[in-house]
Amino acid sequence: MSLLTVNQLKLQFGGLIAVNDLSFTVEKNSISSIIGPNGAGKTSVFNMITGFYRPTSGAIELDGISLVNRKPSQITTLGMARTFQNLRLFPNLTVLDNVKSGMHCRTKQTVWGALLRTKSQREEERLIEEVALECIDFVGIRKYTKRAAKNLPYGAQRYLEIARALATRPKLLLLDEPAAGLNYEEKQYLIQLIRRIRDEYNITVLMIEHDMGLIKQISEQITVIDYGCKIAEGSPEEVLNNEKVIEAYLGKEDVI
Amino acid sequence: MKKYKKPSLFLLVICMFILPFLLNSYWLDVLTLVLFYVVLTQGLNIVVGYTGLLDLGYAAFFAVGAYTTAILMTTFHWSFWLTLPVAFLFAAIAGVIIGTPTLRLRSDYLAIVTLGFGEIVKILATNLEITGSASGIYGIPRPAIGSYIMASQKDFYFLILIVAIISIIAVYRLGHSRIGRAWVYIREDEDAAEAMGINRIKLKLLSYATGAVIGSFAGSIFAVKMSAIAPLSFSFLQSVMILLAVVLGGLGSIPGVVIGAALVIILPELLRGVEDWRYLIFGVSLVIMMIFRPQGIWPTKNNTEDVDDIETEDPNQSISISK
Ligand SMILES: Nc1ncnc2c1ncn2[C@@H]1O[C@H](COP(=O)(O)OP(=O)(O)O)[C@@H](O)[C@H]1O
Ligand SMILES: [Mg+2]
Repeated sequence: MSLLTVNQLKLQFGGLIAVNDLSFTVEKNSISSIIGPNGAGKTSVFNMITGFYRPTSGAIELDGISLVNRKPSQITTLGMARTFQNLRLFPNLTVLDNVKSGMHCRTKQTVWGALLRTKSQREEERLIEEVALECIDFVGIRKYTKRAAKNLPYGAQRYLEIARALATRPKLLLLDEPAAGLNYEEKQYLIQLIRRIRDEYNITVLMIEHDMGLIKQISEQITVIDYGCKIAEGSPEEVLNNEKVIEAYLGKEDVI
Repeated sequence: MKKYKKPSLFLLVICMFILPFLLNSYWLDVLTLVLFYVVLTQGLNIVVGYTGLLDLGYAAFFAVGAYTTAILMTTFHWSFWLTLPVAFLFAAIAGVIIGTPTLRLRSDYLAIVTLGFGEIVKILATNLEITGSASGIYGIPRPAIGSYIMASQKDFYFLILIVAIISIIAVYRLGHSRIGRAWVYIREDEDAAEAMGINRIKLKLLSYATGAVIGSFAGSIFAVKMSAIAPLSFSFLQSVMILLAVVLGGLGSIPGVVIGAALVIILPELLRGVEDWRYLIFGVSLVIMMIFRPQGIWPTKNNTEDVDDIETEDPNQSISISK
């Protein structure tokens, strides 16, 4: 059964068509990828799915609920979380406070609760902290809990962004080039982490990635786009031997 | 450090309650004004410090509180205490009104819109009949607690002291709640906050409204303390001085803005001896202060470990796979 359905999605910036007639589905409990050369429109697809860009036309559904014309915060509340290609942490806040942000949409205390320190408010605060610490543990950055996000090593910042997304308790997690800037060991750790997210939390993962080695290792389903259009899809073996795909990559910079 | 925090705060509060019996009436008045500023800066701290929205017209909310209480007490003969919830409601509405057009704006435009809003409120007060035009409203009755009429300087000192304590507790508690954190997330990175499920429009409006309510609280008390109010008290300069206290003390820091409030009021008083020069000296010292300590006198730490701690372990160390 598919969790995410994208149908005939189109995005136009003035004269530039960034995404054109794109359709694909993401199966529940899968690890799927979108790949394609730089500027192909991958991040734009994520931005439409998460509500940051409004599609020119087309439909997006999460678990049967249409996401078009919804605010990003609403979409997150519906069960979608994301990370950004260029890290978007809360730089001056601690790792703990960063991750607590994810629980905002899963809690409901109002100004009154905060002012009066009601019992339910205190219980909710405890729950927020508990979930946040669990997510911090899960990605393995416990020792940085009290450090400002900007003072973390780069790799840990990437894991922190994932922890923060996990704290929203999503059904679907979108990762935009999660391995960018990581060294070999960190990439191996990331692969394990993504697998654990799916296996232990039953969260479906859709990622954009440049690193073919990484894609081959964990992706079960791949959608390839070039100039905003889908040029291939299927399992890693199918896709990576596809002529159009090889051509698209050979014609551009980093070769497979 | 942390161990002494509670007792020393407690001691400070006791001192604040004893102080009026030791000060002459001149300094008691100065201290009362400091406390008004403490309330105002706490309110503005929510908007500017927590949420990171510039507001150059904050005195407007001070005015909304003062005029609401003054009009209800003089024209409609309400009890002071009953005017408070009405003042809060009007201030919250005013907060949403100023907030709405600013939602899509970034800092510099935001400054102009809020400045304009502050001026509109002042001009309205100067021209409307119900607000007493330029001469303002006078003969505002004294508030009563049961049969006791609050009239002395000390009475109002204690009243504003209690309100200052309430607003500090309120702002502290908000800051340590999901609402307060959401405000700070918006300040840190609006888009990331939105991606984390935080409705930035709703929370920005809530920030303006909450800040406005606190400002109006100070305004309501100001009206009954002065027993006369005029548009002059709610000028652009007033907004600037409140903002100055917040920035000087340390954006988002509760003890910081309390110190800022005290400095902005007391420093010019201490400089009274040098007459014409005092605002020049005051201004220059502010500039120097901001050059050497741009983060404010007592900046927030956001509970982060000091950066020195980082040197104690290998900063390049990455998370090992074996985990
Ligand atoms: N906000 C925007 N305004 C104008 N053009 C944009 C915007 N976002 C992306 N684009 C353009 O859309 C195309 C696809 O970009 P992007 O989705 O970031 O590609 P990818 O993530 O695959 O590298 C690029 O040509 C880019 O310049
Ligand atoms: Mg991209």
